[in-house]
Amino acid sequence: MKRLLLKGGRVLDPSRSVDGLYDVIVFGGKVASIKASDDQASPSEAETDAGWEGIDCAGLLIVPGLIDIHTHLREPGFEYKETIKTGTEAAVAGGFTTILCMANTEPINDNGSVSRFIVRQGHDLKLANVLPIGAVTTGFKGSQLTEMAELQEAGCVALSDDGLPITDAAIMRRALEYAKGLDLTVISHAEEPALVAGGAMHEGDVSTRLGLKGIPSEAESVMVARDVLLSELTGGKLHVAHVSTKGALDIIREAKKRGVNVTAEASPHHLMLTDHAVSDYGTEFKMNPPLRAGDDRAALRAAIKDGTIDTIATDHAPHSSIEKDVEFDSAANGVVGLETSLGVVLRLVDKGELTLAEVIRAMTINPAIAMGLEKGTLQVGRDADITIIDLNKEWTVEPENFKTKGRNTPFAGWKLKGRAIRTIVGGRTVFELIA
Amino acid sequence: MPDTFNRKDLLGIEDLSVEEIVKILGSAASFREVAERDIKKVPTLRGKTIINLFYEPSTRTRTSFEIAAKRMSADAINIAVASSSIKKGETLKDTALNLEAMSPDCIVVRHGSSGTPQMLARYLKCSVINAGDGLHEHPSQALLDMLTVSNRLGGIEKLDGLRILIVGDVAHSRVARSNILGFSKMGAHVTVCGPPTMIPVGIEHLGCDVNHDMTAAVKDADVVMMLRLQLERQAAGLFPSPREYAKLYGLDSLKLKRAKKDVIILHPGPINRGLEISPEVADGPWSLILEQVANGLAVRMALFYLLLGGVKDGISNANKSLNPDGVRLLNLR
Repeated sequence: MKRLLLKGGRVLDPSRSVDGLYDVIVFGGKVASIKASDDQASPSEAETDAGWEGIDCAGLLIVPGLIDIHTHLREPGFEYKETIKTGTEAAVAGGFTTILCMANTEPINDNGSVSRFIVRQGHDLKLANVLPIGAVTTGFKGSQLTEMAELQEAGCVALSDDGLPITDAAIMRRALEYAKGLDLTVISHAEEPALVAGGAMHEGDVSTRLGLKGIPSEAESVMVARDVLLSELTGGKLHVAHVSTKGALDIIREAKKRGVNVTAEASPHHLMLTDHAVSDYGTEFKMNPPLRAGDDRAALRAAIKDGTIDTIATDHAPHSSIEKDVEFDSAANGVVGLETSLGVVLRLVDKGELTLAEVIRAMTINPAIAMGLEKGTLQVGRDADITIIDLNKEWTVEPENFKTKGRNTPFAGWKLKGRAIRTIVGGRTVFELIA
Repeated sequence: MPDTFNRKDLLGIEDLSVEEIVKILGSAASFREVAERDIKKVPTLRGKTIINLFYEPSTRTRTSFEIAAKRMSADAINIAVASSSIKKGETLKDTALNLEAMSPDCIVVRHGSSGTPQMLARYLKCSVINAGDGLHEHPSQALLDMLTVSNRLGGIEKLDGLRILIVGDVAHSRVARSNILGFSKMGAHVTVCGPPTMIPVGIEHLGCDVNHDMTAAVKDADVVMMLRLQLERQAAGLFPSPREYAKLYGLDSLKLKRAKKDVIILHPGPINRGLEISPEVADGPWSLILEQVANGLAVRMALFYLLLGGVKDGISNANKSLNPDGVRLLNLR
């Protein structure tokens, strides 16, 4: 097996507070060494040795492979929207080396055979690491716990009835308790259904003007409060998916201060857009939770800075025109995000709202910790999952060129700066941007 | 004519300028006269095809659009789609594209989902008129309400400074939204009134005040517009009982005593007698409810005329068929 030398790039690894010019050597699919870049030493040696593959990374950024803990790959069941293949192709094109996929497939991933199917498909593709999330309750019915140990054995790394809250507080309590015994995180899709009640967008002056039924922010924060308290009661590990409101952030921030075992994620669309984007009834701006007010967006950005939000996760949710090219009320919730997430979020770095290290931390080591994965770091001996980014690469979001089958992006036409140009998984290059 | 009415669609009051509203109302005023003729038909839109595509039940509005089209000599076709079959049947987009393949000149659409006419307008080359979309807008209703008030007061300019009170379930009313936008654009001062459960968050951004006390609010009003109460809102917790609703927000002679002597009462219909409006008020001299219906016809004729008549032959045709008074009104402002 060849040694791989990434030479002369800026290595940014928030897991070890590393930021500087280093040469990274990869061998046997693992990170073999990271040494201060020295023009005279190893490179020339490397170039003369046939056992080396050298990649000139001068001017480029080298980070641990990006991790997205919230995607929907739609297979099995909804292959017309996405397959594990198209979804992982989109992932590596977006710089992601590890993705977690939600259980709302058909059949639902609430048993080991579905989990094993997903794991095998992902493994055979040899692109990104595909790690399934199993259901918390059988059939997402919210009444009976899944065989969580079997799901874990089959490859599930976390649990969620994503898309649906667990409305029965007693079941949520037992889920957190039981999962604690397996050291599995329960991911909460936090919303109080009675307050959502058929709402199609954020409740505020825009929904009033458009005559669309609103979803109040409190539909989210009420449920986040409940789940945080249940996590506190049980000691179970809680992760709050796609936080969208200031109110929920305040609850999570306080909980973290008290030492509650809770982590949280924010999506690129909630970080970048507000409910004003819906003004022309574009269904590419319809998702759940909905785009919120400007205050909420500002609070989300601040929450990445202060650590209330641990990770940026796309909630990549491909849909076809069948679900999206319809009346706003009837349109399916969700947007794709794997191929735009990095570029979109780097805008916040460009604007000086977040540092590069904060963004990379939220896309590497933090999601790994939240889900208990030995990933997200360039520590010597770990899997060589590496993303190489050209921070100066200017590009335009063109849905027609996406790898994902979904064209439902709210960022079509956005001019972005910064893009993954090479994605390495287990030491193998699985994606290279053709210039 | 100075500028032309350069618009493919009429989707909402929100995107209309004051000049456009004046033009529509002026034109509608001239079409009122047609209804008084022996032969209630002008040849203006001969050869034009208008499709009424209604996804919600409607008697008044659909009939009004249909008669308006026929009085303009257009061919009017009504399509009523039962809301229960929408899910199973073809998509709205497919329906619309199929209808357009028959080259109509205008599709009038009513739909339970807000934003649907906007969506159709993006797909279709023909004109689209919004006959009510979800909770969003009902522009022809607001135009006929403005016409009714300005006719009574003797001119569109009289709307400036007028005090309009809209009472009822504003949250679920497209009539309320279009009227708030329309009257406030014309310089009127709009107040909405109802229990807080029926006043949506941020409604004041549309250009109105909020008052939950009807007895107090009715005092200053020049126009009181009552909205229809949907009884099914009781189950959703929006009001405790019809009895209490009528007591607080129904317009009866007791509340009317506090109003100005020459107050104008409007209601988009159909009315719930004894609920939001008592029979003696609905049938009393203040009520212009039936006048609204008559003006609805004129407004819809004007909309067809302005959208479909075109600059080239439309105006000359209309000039032939309208009396000089009508032409003068067209040039107002």
